[in-house]
Amino acid sequence: MTKAPRVTELGMLSIGFVAAGVIYLAAYLPRRAPLAPAVILLALAAAVLAANFLLIARQPNFAWWRFRQVAGWMTLVYLVVAGMLEFTFLYDRTRGAVLVVMTLLLAVFTLNVPLLSGWTVARFETTA
Amino acid sequence: MAIAAPAEQTASDTPIVPIRGLIPVGAVIAAIVATIATNWVWGLDFFHVVGGGMWTALDLFMGFIIGPIMRSLPIPARIELTKRLMPKMLLIMPTLVTMTLAAGFQLARHNGMLNTSYSRHGWVVASMIVVAVMAAVALALLQPANIAVLFELRKPQPNPAIVQSLMRRFIYAAGVTGAMQVATLVIMTRLAT
Repeated sequence: MTKAPRVTELGMLSIGFVAAGVIYLAAYLPRRAPLAPAVILLALAAAVLAANFLLIARQPNFAWWRFRQVAGWMTLVYLVVAGMLEFTFLYDRTRGAVLVVMTLLLAVFTLNVPLLSGWTVARFETTA
Repeated sequence: MAIAAPAEQTASDTPIVPIRGLIPVGAVIAAIVATIATNWVWGLDFFHVVGGGMWTALDLFMGFIIGPIMRSLPIPARIELTKRLMPKMLLIMPTLVTMTLAAGFQLARHNGMLNTSYSRHGWVVASMIVVAVMAAVALALLQPANIAVLFELRKPQPNPAIVQSLMRRFIYAAGVTGAMQVATLVIMTRLAT
């Protein structure tokens, strides 16, 4: 078996950047935090997520059918969770640039979870 | 060596998610949304305390009781336990986490604990950091390992090496989240005192 790329570790890193961004913004409440650090964390999280997609895309004989099956259902589940979180942001009257950054952080988080589950299952699948 | 599925049941019969379990999950999620939307403080308190208590207890139980027991079991016994335990955990854990965090955040906002002027604001931020670490471990390690084990066990010839490796990951990750839950208990009791 060839050595698998470190998708899980990178996924943890990306989720870590998202969490740091959200904690940073929440730690300033009710004042508005300077957005630059949160935007940098968002960019880092998105870049790591994109790198992870590339790493998976470059895998030879990868069981894409299984990845799509698992990641598809997980996306549905985490869209519900993300929907609840977005509802909370709006309910708490988060508006403007902060809402945009929070929503994008949430989007990166929501994409990370299905990717990690899909990867973990599909990498052990034998391709036909 | 590969382990054959029991004769009376084909491996692919093992459900990944118990469909009937989705009904109480949906009911809990709907109740949380209604509680947040109506700003019902007792409801927020209830969901946060009940969800948090169950989440903490389950993490500690999995990390420090089930984990060591599982390590000492022979592989076929581990597989049988996993087949029965994991589908339930797949529904219970995300529900408890969503319940605790959604209600907890709204409660903290309502009580003014999120404000930087709150005297123990540092502890609130510390609790967010602990939750972030637990979320990263749970979402990147625990949950994918849980799902992958269930898929492996549905195969006609599950590979014991893969099951063992995923279970090891699950048990260690559960241990880490269990240890983080001890930190959560310290922070929450500091905030409540």
